[in-house]
Amino acid sequence: MSIIEAKGLARTFKSRKRTVAAVRGVDLRVEEGEIVGFLGPNGAGKTTTLRMLTTLLAPTAGSATVAGADLLRDPVGVRRRIGYVPQAIGQTMGGTDPAALVSEELLDQAALYRLSKADGERRMRELTGQLDLEGLDDRLVKTLSGGQRRRLEIALGLVHEPPLVFLDEPTTGLDPQSRSNLWEHIRALRSGLGTTVFLTTHYLEEADALCDRVFIIDHGVIVAEGTPDELKRRISGDVVTLQVNGARERARELLAGQEIVEDVTVSDDGALRLNVYHGAEALPSLLRVLDDAGVTMHSINLSRPTLDDVFLTMTGRSLRDDSASARRDHTPDGKDAAGNAAAGTRS
Amino acid sequence: MSFVHDTLTVFKRQLRLSLRNPAWVIIALMQPILYLVLFGPLLTKLPAQSLGGSGTSGSTVEAYKFFVPGLLIQLGLFGSTFVGFAIISDWRAGVIERYRVTPVSRLAIMGGRVLRDVLVLMVQAVILVLVALAFGLRAPVTAVLIGLGFIVLVAVGLASVSYATALLVKSEDAFAPMLNSVVLPLVLLSGIMLPLTLAPGWLQGIARISPFRYIIDAMREGFKGHFANTIMLEGVLVAAGLALVCLWLGSRVFVRENA
Repeated sequence: MSIIEAKGLARTFKSRKRTVAAVRGVDLRVEEGEIVGFLGPNGAGKTTTLRMLTTLLAPTAGSATVAGADLLRDPVGVRRRIGYVPQAIGQTMGGTDPAALVSEELLDQAALYRLSKADGERRMRELTGQLDLEGLDDRLVKTLSGGQRRRLEIALGLVHEPPLVFLDEPTTGLDPQSRSNLWEHIRALRSGLGTTVFLTTHYLEEADALCDRVFIIDHGVIVAEGTPDELKRRISGDVVTLQVNGARERARELLAGQEIVEDVTVSDDGALRLNVYHGAEALPSLLRVLDDAGVTMHSINLSRPTLDDVFLTMTGRSLRDDSASARRDHTPDGKDAAGNAAAGTRS
Repeated sequence: MSFVHDTLTVFKRQLRLSLRNPAWVIIALMQPILYLVLFGPLLTKLPAQSLGGSGTSGSTVEAYKFFVPGLLIQLGLFGSTFVGFAIISDWRAGVIERYRVTPVSRLAIMGGRVLRDVLVLMVQAVILVLVALAFGLRAPVTAVLIGLGFIVLVAVGLASVSYATALLVKSEDAFAPMLNSVVLPLVLLSGIMLPLTLAPGWLQGIARISPFRYIIDAMREGFKGHFANTIMLEGVLVAAGLALVCLWLGSRVFVRENA
């Protein structure tokens, strides 16, 4: 049985006489032990979907089974079996109290999940070991580094050993080193305990490096789903960029006439950009064509498509463009999400 | 029972956090103590009859029998309505959301905090009474206990509403002026500083809408040694009704969205 199965999950918000559909019917299926990434630009419905799946927001339509419990009929059952680590940057932070001690946060969280005192202490020892938090028990949360605090927040989501954990933007705001360190911890969750991980992210390289499968959401619907490789293969072929010495128009005509070349565009800096199937194999014959025609080149570059290219193709927008506004993404009551969604619909 | 367990879990955590910064408990006590020390003596010069006393026990005792119940209510009013500020910073830290994803009873998120607030207020109220005794208050022990009981009811109600309101507005900038515009008129219309019998008829009429006016009157009756009369009954009913209505309003906010 799938650990997450959602059908037609939708949420509309009413704000000032307007009704805004933030999520318009999302179907999701996540299998046990998967690491799944949920990608989408701000206001696409990412956070709203996550908040519905974690029982923080009631769906206006649809149904879902999360970790074996019915989302609508048994929200408490869902809460018992999932871990949730909120986004750490935005209107609200990641869930730790700056004035509390590290040990206190872990033990209180265990008590909230109704673990016995002995079990709470056992979990605290295990988690501080797993997440490199040893020796920090007596420290106030506000004295932790950004990476330590984030790891503590993740530990809080794991206190009750949930089979499924939701991570909302787990590495946003962390430096590259802490980020790759956290990736290791997330991978270890799955390999060590078989925990299913559902994460949202702004970083395509994160989804690429970490996730078995990716869902792309835009305007409140899932527009693409698959492994990162599958998605990348959907973009026709590879990208070859080349700079020729003069005779650019002639080179363009020659290359466009080749069967293996999908299309040719001239970019702003005068380079020719080719979409080519099996770029590596195609390169020699392309070079021969230009050489035979007497066109000389001074540079050539072959690149595999990235998830960003996929994103651009699927949504018509680059994910990178709006990462600057990531700070406004978090929407505890969903109202901003609705506003953003509305703005997205107009653009 | 899980609700009791959850409430105690939240209560213990909040109490631990409060005790880590006990300075706030003392700072909150400064206001009523200052009133007691710097304002109370003024009342001892007023004729005992104007404070509702019989004039048999000397003006100082009469003054404090009048003034201390007022100060206790003032302590309760300020102490419990300002608790909302703390939950705004908790909300901003993501702590409230973190709780809401656990199986913890959502009522306990409020209940545990209210319990902590009541305990803190009790400690403050006892200190205030002890200081007042040193200044010349003489009142039956039963009256003091009844007074503390009233403070508990007031605190339960007002703290619940304060948390709920703060969680709805989610902004200190909006919450502070809201508080001021509600608490100040309530204090003025309750006859905390001076008896409302000094007020002109129209003001006495308006003062009837303040529930605290009935509660203070009942407490003062107790301090005078009168426990079984309609003033006392009115006070108890108003205090209990206020606590229940406020508790209901507060819990509605905490359990809404997928209870």
